[in-house]
This record gives sequence, structure tokens and C-alpha cells, in this order.
Amino acid sequence: MNAAWLAFDALLLAGILGVAWAAMAPGDAFRAIVMFMVMGLLVALAWVRLRAPDVALAEAAVGSGVTGALFLRTWHALPREAGRASEATAARPAAPRRLRLAAFGLAATLTGLLVAALASLDGTAPGLGDAVAARLAQSGVSNPVTAVLLNFRAYDTLLEVVVLLAAVVVVWSLDARPAPRPVPARGPIFLGFARLALPVTVLAAGYLLWLGAFAPGGAFQAGALLAAVGIVLLLGGLYRPGSGDRRRARLAFGLGLAGFAGAGALTLGLEGAMLRYPPAAAKTWILAIEAVLTLSIAATLAGLFLGERSAPARTGGERP
Amino acid sequence: MTFFDILGGALLVLGLGFFVAGTVGMLRFPDAFCRLHALTKADNLGLALTALGTAVLAGTWSAAVKLALIWGLVALASATSGHLIAGHALRATDRRDRP
Amino acid sequence: MTTATALLYGLGGALLAGMALYRLVTAADWLRRIVAVNVLAVGVASILIATAYRGPAAPADPVPHAFVLTGIVVLVSTSAVALALIRLLHARDENHHDSR
Repeated sequence: MNAAWLAFDALLLAGILGVAWAAMAPGDAFRAIVMFMVMGLLVALAWVRLRAPDVALAEAAVGSGVTGALFLRTWHALPREAGRASEATAARPAAPRRLRLAAFGLAATLTGLLVAALASLDGTAPGLGDAVAARLAQSGVSNPVTAVLLNFRAYDTLLEVVVLLAAVVVVWSLDARPAPRPVPARGPIFLGFARLALPVTVLAAGYLLWLGAFAPGGAFQAGALLAAVGIVLLLGGLYRPGSGDRRRARLAFGLGLAGFAGAGALTLGLEGAMLRYPPAAAKTWILAIEAVLTLSIAATLAGLFLGERSAPARTGGERP
Repeated sequence: MTFFDILGGALLVLGLGFFVAGTVGMLRFPDAFCRLHALTKADNLGLALTALGTAVLAGTWSAAVKLALIWGLVALASATSGHLIAGHALRATDRRDRP
Repeated sequence: MTTATALLYGLGGALLAGMALYRLVTAADWLRRIVAVNVLAVGVASILIATAYRGPAAPADPVPHAFVLTGIVVLVSTSAVALALIRLLHARDENHHDSR
């Protein structure tokens, strides 16, 4: 059985490396982006093999899905008409030979150093797994990754929410053009898909959020699912944003940080230290913070993709 | 190796065969529509057989229900995306054929 | 590295990082550069997760997993900003060409 697993791992790894190489190769940019998304999914599979299902979920949803969608949106915004290839995707002549040799040397050095570091590990370092396991009962949840993210290292998650907020502020200030709209926006098959799949996805997001306390899941994965629902709704023309929606979106962006920091302030008053939850009610605190975070992350990821100005409603016709 | 193990394994291998057929079609067929045809048809059946085989191997009813839900959602998503890709390809060919 | 599986995926991560660094330096265009940054992050994350692996029976070390999760979210934020900048640069290029 062991040899079969090793063969599977070797095949999966070969697939990951091959697809990653194709994702960065010059030439057709659309093909590269699709290869990148496939690589993300294969890497998620590899991480499941390494007993990291929470991270695999996040990589599949955020690292491959949302990032791939962002790439596709940028690719679409750049002109591809014959005779006026853009700076950003034109296939330039290959880099000069000396640069390629220098780059190869740099890459080989990096890989060599990493491999040497990996080979020098002999498994005697205990890591922090035992320390986490010893205090897991006091953390309020039984999923160790959620405990680390939302309790033991809650500061890091708080700062991560700040990074998300900063990113959406920058992207909303910079965007020159609205996000693309499909042509045509509505059709019976797409509408049927939306009616069936979107409510189930919302339910799945709520389930993932609740599941994160004792099984792989959590706020980030649930937030990514909800963001996908929002993107499909807006991109497919199923929901036309009204006048107050931009303000509501901005409120949603800040909601996560406000909720998390507010919880920190409350715990400062109640327990004397920021983000030290009262031990009896730790699970409630964590779930409440995660719920607020899920909504905010969903709004932020959708906002990163869609931009501030959504395209005006069109009945059909050529893309710009 | 119980009966269920053999049954589950056989279903998985059968599903794998359909996936291979779909992939060969994607690599060998001349244009986008033929490729879509091969992919959606073969992968749909491959997915159903794989989900069935995994449910048999898992053994519990809760796992079977979850797998049925996964199968339904993936089938829905692949059908919709096949339709959207075909529509896009159709519009692209129309634009090119126009004088 | 206690097991062959972890060593294999750790090596894979190192190779991914090296490939991505090579492509980052020699990329033909901006979009490919951002893809290379993402692949570099995925390679490093794979190494982290491989070092957290404790065998098929024992639960893995959760702290590197939390690092990688945080890293993924920060990476998507950074990529979004970088891609918005690319779109902005392109829009400026277009205006510049049209106004000539």
C-alpha cells in the first residue's frame, strides 16, 4: 500500500510541476491563467495528502478560484485585437541569454538551499503541535487550526483583516474601468443554474463556518464561497446594484475589522488583556467573530474582483 | 477484501476509464465544440461512477448523502460552464465568419 | 523529514520556488510575473506544510497551517492590488497612445 501511495504522490507532484511550468510560460496568456488555476487545485489535493484539509480548502477557494478570477478579469481588461497587443501580455522576444543564465543560477541556488535545509531536518524538532494540543480544551474549539487562528494567534488574524481592508481600499481607488459583463447576461440555463446552485452555496458557506469549530472549515473558506455567490449574482446581472449599495459595500468591508477590534476592546475591559476570551464562553466569542469575519471577507473578496463601478445594464451587444 | 471493497473499486476503475476517454477526446478532437461534447458527456458519467464507488467504499449513509450532493453540484456546474463556453465559442466563430 | 511523503512534497515545493524565481526574473510580461509570484508563494507554502506533516496517523502541526492560511489571504490581497495597478498602467498607456 505504501508504494502505491508513493507512486500517487510522485505522479501528482509531476503534474503540479508540469502545469506550473506551463502556467508561467510565455505565449497565450489565457492558457497560462487556466493552467495556474489547475495548478492550484492539484496543490490543494497534495495538501490534503499532507493532512492539511483546512489550508487545502482555502487554497482551492481563494488561491486558485479568487486569484484566477482576478487574473481573468485583468486579462479581459487588456486589449487583444490583432495589431495592438498590450504591453502586459505581448509575447516579447525571449530575455537575453545572460539574464537567463543569471536567473537560472539564482533559481538553482534558491532550490539548492531549500533542499539542503529540508535534508538537514531529522524530525527531532517537536514543533508546536504538542503545545497546541495541551491547551486545545481551553481554546473553546476542537479544530486545532481554528484554535490557532482565532484564539492563540488571534492578533495575526486581526492584522490579516487589516491587510484585506487596505487592499480593497487601494483597488477601489485605482480602478479605471468597471468589471466586465458577460454577453448575454441572462439565459435559461444560467438562470436555472443560479436558482439551484446559489442557495445551496450560501447554505454550504454557513455550514463551513459552523463546521470550522470541530472539523476542517472556518471563516475564510466560508467567506470565499459567499464571495463567489456575490460575484455570480452581480456578474450575471441577477442583481443590479442600486444607489445605496456602494455605501453598504464599504460598511461591509469595515465590518470585519470593526467586529474583531471591538471584540479585542471588550476583552481588554472584561479580562484585562486584548483578545483573551472568557474561558467559559470562548466558543461563543470565536463563533461570533468568525460570523462577522465571514460576511466581511465575502464582501471584500467580491469587492476586489468587481471594483467600485459595476458595468451599466446592457441588453446585449459587443464587449468594449 | 469484502464484497463492498471489490464493488467500490470496480466502480472507481470504471469511472476512471470514462475520465480517460473524455481526456483523450479533449486532446484529439479538432475544435472546441467536439471537445466540449467529449468532456461533458464522458466526464459526467465518470463523475457519477466515481461518486458511487467512493460512497460504496466509505460505507456510511452520511458520506453517501454528502457525495450525492457533491455529484449534483459538480454536474450542475460542469453543465452550465459547458453551455457558457459553447456560447462563447459560437459567438467567436460567428464574429470570425462575418465578412 | 520523518516520512518519504513529506520529503517528496518538500522537494516539490523547493522546485516550484526555483521555477517561479526563474520565471519571475525572465518573464515576458507583467501578468506572467504576478503568476510567478503566486507560484513562488505556493512553493514556499508547500514546504511549510511538508515540515508540519507528522505521518498518516498523527494530526499535523497546526501552526504552520495557520501561517499558510494567513499567507494565502495576504497573497490574494497583494495580487489584487498588483493587478489593479497593471490595469491602471494599461489604461494610462492607452490614453497616451490615443492622444498622440
